[in-house]
Amino acid sequence: MTVALPSAPHLPNPNRPITTGSWRTFRPVLDHEKCNLCLLCWVYCADGAMKRSEEAVMVDLEFCKGCGICAKECHKDAIDMVEEG
Amino acid sequence: MRERKFLSGNHAVAYAVKYIQPEVIAAYPITPQSSIVEKISQFVANREVDADFIRVESEHAALSACYGAACAGCRVFTATSSQGLAYMAEMLPYVSGSRFPMVMPVVNRSMAAPWTIWGDQQDAISQRDTGWIQLFVENAQEAFDTCLQAYRLAEDPAVLTPVMVNLDGFVLSHTEELVDLPAPEEVQAFLPPYQAKYAVDFTNPTTFCFGATPEVFAEYKYHQQAAMEAARQKITDLAVEFEQLFGRNHGGLIKEYSCEDADYILVTLGSFTGTARTAAQKLRAMGKKVGVLKVRSFRPFPAHEVARVLANTKAFGVLDRNYSYGNEGALFTEIKASLYDCAVRPPGLNFIGGLGGRDIRLDEFEAMFTKLEQAAGEPGTVKAVNFIGLR
Amino acid sequence: MYQIRWHGRGGQGAVTAARIFGLAASVYGDSFAQSFPSFGAERRGAPVLSFTKVDSVPILDRRQIYEPNMVVILDKSLIKLTNVTEGLKPGGKIVVNASEMPAEFKTKAITDNFELILVNATRIALEILHKPIVNTAMVGAACRASGLVTLESLAKAITELFPGSQEEINQLTARRAYEEAQIYRQGGDLH
Repeated sequence: MTVALPSAPHLPNPNRPITTGSWRTFRPVLDHEKCNLCLLCWVYCADGAMKRSEEAVMVDLEFCKGCGICAKECHKDAIDMVEEG
Repeated sequence: MRERKFLSGNHAVAYAVKYIQPEVIAAYPITPQSSIVEKISQFVANREVDADFIRVESEHAALSACYGAACAGCRVFTATSSQGLAYMAEMLPYVSGSRFPMVMPVVNRSMAAPWTIWGDQQDAISQRDTGWIQLFVENAQEAFDTCLQAYRLAEDPAVLTPVMVNLDGFVLSHTEELVDLPAPEEVQAFLPPYQAKYAVDFTNPTTFCFGATPEVFAEYKYHQQAAMEAARQKITDLAVEFEQLFGRNHGGLIKEYSCEDADYILVTLGSFTGTARTAAQKLRAMGKKVGVLKVRSFRPFPAHEVARVLANTKAFGVLDRNYSYGNEGALFTEIKASLYDCAVRPPGLNFIGGLGGRDIRLDEFEAMFTKLEQAAGEPGTVKAVNFIGLR
Repeated sequence: MYQIRWHGRGGQGAVTAARIFGLAASVYGDSFAQSFPSFGAERRGAPVLSFTKVDSVPILDRRQIYEPNMVVILDKSLIKLTNVTEGLKPGGKIVVNASEMPAEFKTKAITDNFELILVNATRIALEILHKPIVNTAMVGAACRASGLVTLESLAKAITELFPGSQEEINQLTARRAYEEAQIYRQGGDLH
């Protein structure tokens, strides 16, 4: 009858994996030639969807909502917003 | 001129404020109450409501600001919900104990934790004993009409007690429907301008809310209870007067729906009443003698009226969208106590449902009535407290 | 009672669409109506639902909508993400914003005898509003498909909700969609 939930509302992380990638209408596409790894996009991304590595930033498309803040903030115009289709 | 609009419960409340014309409004936004104060601040900005709108830093400050304005003799308005109401808790008995006639819509929402913005009535029920009159409404029209009635009630010289107008979060606050708006002059005749009995007057200086000694404290509490008793009759009378003027009657202390010859009656509070009636309608068509009793006033509690309606049933059920932990649903306790003096007491069942915004399906309402039949036919076979749709 | 479920994305105006329909049917029509969003938080881009109930008598039932008579799909990308026909009554109507009827509906329409209504609301909105805001167009198509609301009532509702420069172009958008909406597949009678 009763669903197996813990008796208090505390769940180990990650708990409810809600992926937000499906909300996207536009997808950020990075031009690696232009990117100087300044990481402004990584700082500004509200969803933590920008992943950093030694060589480049990467977009986690499972979570990117396509808001376009990264493209707006990029000083090198290295990010294009491309319509999903 | 009368007008017909398509309004959410929250906007119906905001429109009521346009007719009520409070002089001071102090409120802090909280979901699902926010659109009440958003709309009112628009009215104030457009000068459709001639009030000072005080932007405060918390609900405690909101009610405190209203308290100060009430001391100055103003008609005041605020609105809140859930955690915001809890944050006001300290000020609630200050207002009622000071006999300031405020009206405060509470857009009912669950109490955390777990954190949620969805609705039930735990917030208002938890503030039951703060000395406020507590009315519950079932649709946007009733929210509008009850706000007007609530000011008349609160400001009545024999009452002078603040009123909470409870409307369910989302189910009422965010649902738009037809609302008939009266002509402004009609409302002026029903609700005259406010004349404060206790207010700052430089020619007759007053100490507001002095520190009471044991010699006098109990007497003020006795007065508060006497005022609640006066409110009982006043709520009933106002419903009748309102109907004569505006043609609508949502009930006084209670509202019955096909209860007269009913064997089984479900008691409700707030917006789930309509759906309960839909289920009752369906069962009536199948020949079952069922009814729905809406409790409109939770404080003062209509014990005599409830007993009159329920005494001759074969069994009654009480739907609670709250829980008094360690006991049962709060309304169930009150309803049972109302029947204590009856010679024969019908069996009663408590249904706990609609917590944290969960809907109650039509078949779940029908199942409640089936359980009542079972409770009457085979007493003791159904447990008293039943959680609806528990997963 | 006629029940409509609107499928959109947060920010596309699905909630406003539900409201326009209810307003037009009640204040500017001769019915009773309720409209409401899916309760809770709304997030831009996320799939959202909104609802309209219409009846000839006052609506007592305040439950959410589980078995709609009609679903209106503002954004066809939602078809792959959510089960847009969930609970749709046999013989119910699907109004979809697309340039051609999505293949997903064609088989379902035969099994459940759904009526399919197609309108290219995005094109109409881009032409008239110069923005891909499709809610007024989709209300236009929904009015046509349901037969519950006249163009005249709809125009009045738009006047009330879209003051100023937005009024006329949104009326035009709604009217164009009303006229262009085409029945792709005739449905059966509603049970």
